[in-house]
Amino acid sequence: MNGPLELISLFDLPRGHEGTVSSGDLATAGDAGERELALRLYEIGFVDGERVRVVARGFPGGEPIAVRVGSTIFALRRFEAERVLVAPLRNGRATA
Amino acid sequence: MSSASEAMSLVLLGNPNCGKTALFNLLTGSRQKVANYPGVTVDRKEGMLTTPAGRQFRILDLPGAYSLNAVSIDEEITRDVVLGTLAGEQRPDMIVCVSDATNLKLNLRLVLEVKRLGLPMMLALNMTDLASKRGITIDVAALQRELGMPVVNTVAVRRGGASELLAQLEASVPARLPQRAAELPPPAAWLAPDVADVTATQREVRRILAASVREPAIDTRFDERIDRVVLHPVWGLLILAATLFLMFQAVFSWASLPMEMITASVDAFGAFLSTHMPESLLRSLLVDGIVAGVGGVLVFLPQILILFLFILALEDSGYLPRAAFLLDRLMGTVGLSGRSFIPLLSSFACAIPGIMAARTISNWRDRLATIMIAPLMTCSARLPVYALLIGAFIPQTTVGVFNLQGLVLFALYLAGVVSAMGVAAVLKMTVSKGLQHPLLLELPSYRLPHGRNLLLGLLERAKIFLLRVGNIILALTVLLWFLSTFPGAPEGATGPAIQYSYAGMLGQALEVVFAPIGFNWQISIALVPGMAAREVAVGALGTVYALSATGDDVAGQLGPLLAAGWSLPTAFSLLAWFVFAPQCLATLAAVKRETNSWRYPLLMAGYLFALAYLASFITYRVALLLTGAGHA
Repeated sequence: MNGPLELISLFDLPRGHEGTVSSGDLATAGDAGERELALRLYEIGFVDGERVRVVARGFPGGEPIAVRVGSTIFALRRFEAERVLVAPLRNGRATA
Repeated sequence: MSSASEAMSLVLLGNPNCGKTALFNLLTGSRQKVANYPGVTVDRKEGMLTTPAGRQFRILDLPGAYSLNAVSIDEEITRDVVLGTLAGEQRPDMIVCVSDATNLKLNLRLVLEVKRLGLPMMLALNMTDLASKRGITIDVAALQRELGMPVVNTVAVRRGGASELLAQLEASVPARLPQRAAELPPPAAWLAPDVADVTATQREVRRILAASVREPAIDTRFDERIDRVVLHPVWGLLILAATLFLMFQAVFSWASLPMEMITASVDAFGAFLSTHMPESLLRSLLVDGIVAGVGGVLVFLPQILILFLFILALEDSGYLPRAAFLLDRLMGTVGLSGRSFIPLLSSFACAIPGIMAARTISNWRDRLATIMIAPLMTCSARLPVYALLIGAFIPQTTVGVFNLQGLVLFALYLAGVVSAMGVAAVLKMTVSKGLQHPLLLELPSYRLPHGRNLLLGLLERAKIFLLRVGNIILALTVLLWFLSTFPGAPEGATGPAIQYSYAGMLGQALEVVFAPIGFNWQISIALVPGMAAREVAVGALGTVYALSATGDDVAGQLGPLLAAGWSLPTAFSLLAWFVFAPQCLATLAAVKRETNSWRYPLLMAGYLFALAYLASFITYRVALLLTGAGHA
């Protein structure tokens, strides 16, 4: 996978930054509702190894976030985004 | 089943935003039947297609779905139709999967999931024009080989864009099908997948894509440059506010000319009948009842169409989900989600399509909260009531640069929105405590709205509205005319005849209830037919005040009459009443259908009635105090 890279929640990825999905066991953890949500996230493309980028953040509280996955953008609330783990890319483009 | 002339049935299946409905429109033209699936208010769109060779197909446009593993009612319907388990729905002979060619990574997973069912199917790669513009090359032959099903290119927004699909349908479906769906083996048992299944399918999608599609590094600059502004916390909200402002301006200003024309024609027709028919009961029924009542409602068609033109165009362009994104957190503070925005916006036209649009909210609590507050968005049917009362009681002066009448109208709309937020907040505390609600909303690529799709959408709306005018409103007008005409006044009666009619008796009985909030018996009568359609209240007041005028004339002459007859507190009280206006049977029926229970429509009627009475009571009492006990 991504080696010893530090994994963070997708929600914590700053705007304009890219990361690689690496949810691993998180996808099968939790109660029935959480597993159902994880499944839907997988179905729409948040599978391990996929490149994602935070395009925009809502207001207030930086929620929801708009995430580009493949050629689609999905809006996710905080608890949804927290079901996805990502390895941030070092050259994630920081925007001023 | 034996007759070869019986049309084959096709279903169109695909992700949301894949252009499926546009393809459906292209295939069927205006030969569409829009109805509901039994028991739920999910649109069931069916149409007929005749191929160049004369073959006939019955096409069903299924609701968009990301997966057969349904999380919303829309997706459940789609799954059940495909599996043939939906009561009253025949199993389709053929499944046409529609995929957005620019977004196969997302779309193909569903195709593979459906393929596992082992039913006859083919894949339509839609928006291939956009795909080639973006430099995406798809090796159709390879894709066909990998998927093991026919694959065709389509461009749903171009005339002739479905020719490959038509040819494939003619070629691969034999004229005399040896087996109809009813005779085919049932689909392979469908089991809800788990994460491992989905991961495996996604891996398969990537393998197939690697073998058949060459895609340059996706160029997302265009969309993202727009999104940087449109999704911006400050600029985005400003743009949204400006868009909504423009929309409401358009509803009121663009519609005025066609509305005047409709009024003039209705008046001319009424006058024509009056002069060419002898004085009789039939003439009274036609002129005072039908022409006045139906014409008075028909007048709102232009406003409704303009409102829907905006909503459809915003939807087609991909902007609406972005508005939902912007408002999600703000609406979340009162327990709603950004997804509630679209239904609530539609409710400004009419609560019924708004309540129906709420079905796209997958979370039941969110959906219920949205449904419950939809009637608080001021629907277009309340506009004539507002217009009449504001015209009669609010002086035409300016406050700064603003027109006072316009400000009052805006305040009434605002009162509705604010109370909706209040009710939602109360619901959040009581009904849906402590739950986390999913958003999971796709923000599709920006697109130019397409003319034919807008037109078909508007035609559909116009048809629904006109049917309503033709059925409910016509019946009601006739009934009201009857109730206020019979029985006639007794010999030597001093008051107007209507006072002795059934309607008069009813109004006087209701006056007991409504006197504390300042309503007289005439208003009380008008509220009764207003229950079936709010806009009838204006016509009803006209009838009740024994005016034999039609359409706008009623409003025109009624205004000064009301201004002279009612106190200011009474007028304000009635305005406050209509902010909540609990009396719309069609809305309550829609809620009953949507929630499949009597509990919620009754709850809604109860809380709206209580709020309306309370608001009117306070308004009336405060206004009485301020105006020195009024002059009534």
